[in-house]
Amino acid sequence: MKEDYLIEFATQIRRDIVRMVNAQNSGHPGGSLGCVEYFTVLFNSFLNHNTDFSMDGKGEDLFFLSNGHISPVYYATLARTGYFPIEELSTFRKIDSRLQGHPTTHEGLPGVRIASGSLGQGLSVAIGAATTKKLNNDPSLVFTLHGDGELQEGQIWEAALYASAKKIDNLISTIDYNGRQIDGDVDDVISLGNLEEKWKAFGWVTLSCNGNNIKEVYKTLEKAKELTGKDKPVMIIMTTEMGNGVDFMMGSHKWHGVAPNDEQLQDALSQNKETLGDY
Amino acid sequence: MKIEILGNSDTRSGFGAGLSQLGKDNPDVVALCADLTGSLKMNDFKDRFPDRFFQVGIAEANMMGIAAGMTIGGKIPFTGTFANFSTSRVYDQVRQSIAYSNKNVKICASHAGLTLGEDGATHQVLEDIGMMKMLPGMTVINPCDYNQTKAATIAIADHKGPVYLRFGRPKVPIFIPEDTPFEIGKALMLQEGTDVSIFATGHLVWEAVEAAQALANEGLSVELINIHTIKPLDNESILRSVAKTKCVVTAEEHQIAGGMGESIAQLLATNQPLPIEFVAVNDKFGESGKPSDLMKKYGLHSSDIIKAVHKVLKRK
Repeated sequence: MKEDYLIEFATQIRRDIVRMVNAQNSGHPGGSLGCVEYFTVLFNSFLNHNTDFSMDGKGEDLFFLSNGHISPVYYATLARTGYFPIEELSTFRKIDSRLQGHPTTHEGLPGVRIASGSLGQGLSVAIGAATTKKLNNDPSLVFTLHGDGELQEGQIWEAALYASAKKIDNLISTIDYNGRQIDGDVDDVISLGNLEEKWKAFGWVTLSCNGNNIKEVYKTLEKAKELTGKDKPVMIIMTTEMGNGVDFMMGSHKWHGVAPNDEQLQDALSQNKETLGDY
Repeated sequence: MKIEILGNSDTRSGFGAGLSQLGKDNPDVVALCADLTGSLKMNDFKDRFPDRFFQVGIAEANMMGIAAGMTIGGKIPFTGTFANFSTSRVYDQVRQSIAYSNKNVKICASHAGLTLGEDGATHQVLEDIGMMKMLPGMTVINPCDYNQTKAATIAIADHKGPVYLRFGRPKVPIFIPEDTPFEIGKALMLQEGTDVSIFATGHLVWEAVEAAQALANEGLSVELINIHTIKPLDNESILRSVAKTKCVVTAEEHQIAGGMGESIAQLLATNQPLPIEFVAVNDKFGESGKPSDLMKKYGLHSSDIIKAVHKVLKRK
């Protein structure tokens, strides 16, 4: 995919995110905005996926969102890559919607293969899916995204241990390392210490990148792909800015789970002009 | 059904035998275990189908997540660990990644209840039926002997959706004939009668058989029904039975709160309110001891069923 299109896509889903969250006065814009470039690159240029959705996803790359609260960026990406009509984004967090506050399979939303929201569970699920791919002789890959605060959950480390011990090498995980969580900076809540060294010590191959740079995200994912099939799981530590692309949401944890009001929405939209057409 | 002792074995061995049979018959069946392969009697499966056996170590939360993920692509995972670690330890993982996500995982749980014995209350889960039956879409099964556990293990592989299969540690009489079909959600009539309905599940079914024999000597006609599937409950069989007997005793190795008896009480309250007595643990943790001593101390012995029958008959 051409870079120009990726930039347009990223700008458009930024608009989608703030509009969705504003419309229901509810949701998580900060982390969603920080991961716009990752979703843009992964779904447009990387995943070998079929938007004619099947739960089993045989022969396709699979993606699991472990930090389910950033559902706005996930939903906007799924809609704009063809999983469901973009008009459905207007139902986000409303009653009778398939776009639940946190992603789920329960309402049958195409593109979602597991419920997430209660944190720390997605890595285990992805390991399971990756194991089944091996059993099925399916060479496709499994991708996951996690929050950095989420790494405070113990299950993540159970899964980290298992993935290296059992050589789950068809898995590319990414941490959204924005350094912020609900109560403040991750360093102030429970510091993660030297994150890269931790994952290395757990037996993973690590890469790092600036997650808000489209070219860098692409190159890093490409490198990660080259590292698969070599007996080790791969972890990308992706530094991002929470609220990226909307100036007043950047540099703070305060927009983790707070919706912009109508005036703030207009400000955010003025910084991200319509590119692919609003829903 | 003529009830006679056909042998003596632990229900967990019935699970192990059923799992090995599935290994042979169904290539999609995979098994996961959290460092309790021997206790769960999964060794035979592990030895015969090593590529489909996954040792996850002492990390039950991870095991539940991996099992959920393995269903994506068509595998049918059977997880094996103690009942306590299959439920209370991993309730959120089971709730979100398996039940809410409607994943085809079979949660197989041994050492349920007091009959785990000497290890004591940390391991004697008595709340698991309640936790699991509360989850929408979860099937809950508690078979009563080796043969029924083996049959149930095989049957759940063909059922699409999450299942909780609960069994135990001690050797108990085998009395369900090997060729008895296992139908999920269909209660098993063990003895027809007219004075009282006894509904029993798991290890308490044999206690109820002994109680029914003693009560027959008193001239009482007991209807004894094995509720191996607690969810979905066989409402029809239960209501048909109570229409005849007009009073009920339930028996299970579980807390009264959240148990099979509670489900039956709810059914009766909304359809045909009748006297009911519960033979189950009454809001207590267990303790170390021999299984048979614990069953007596906590009121789960055949004599407790007899007492409950006498009591409920007076309330009729």
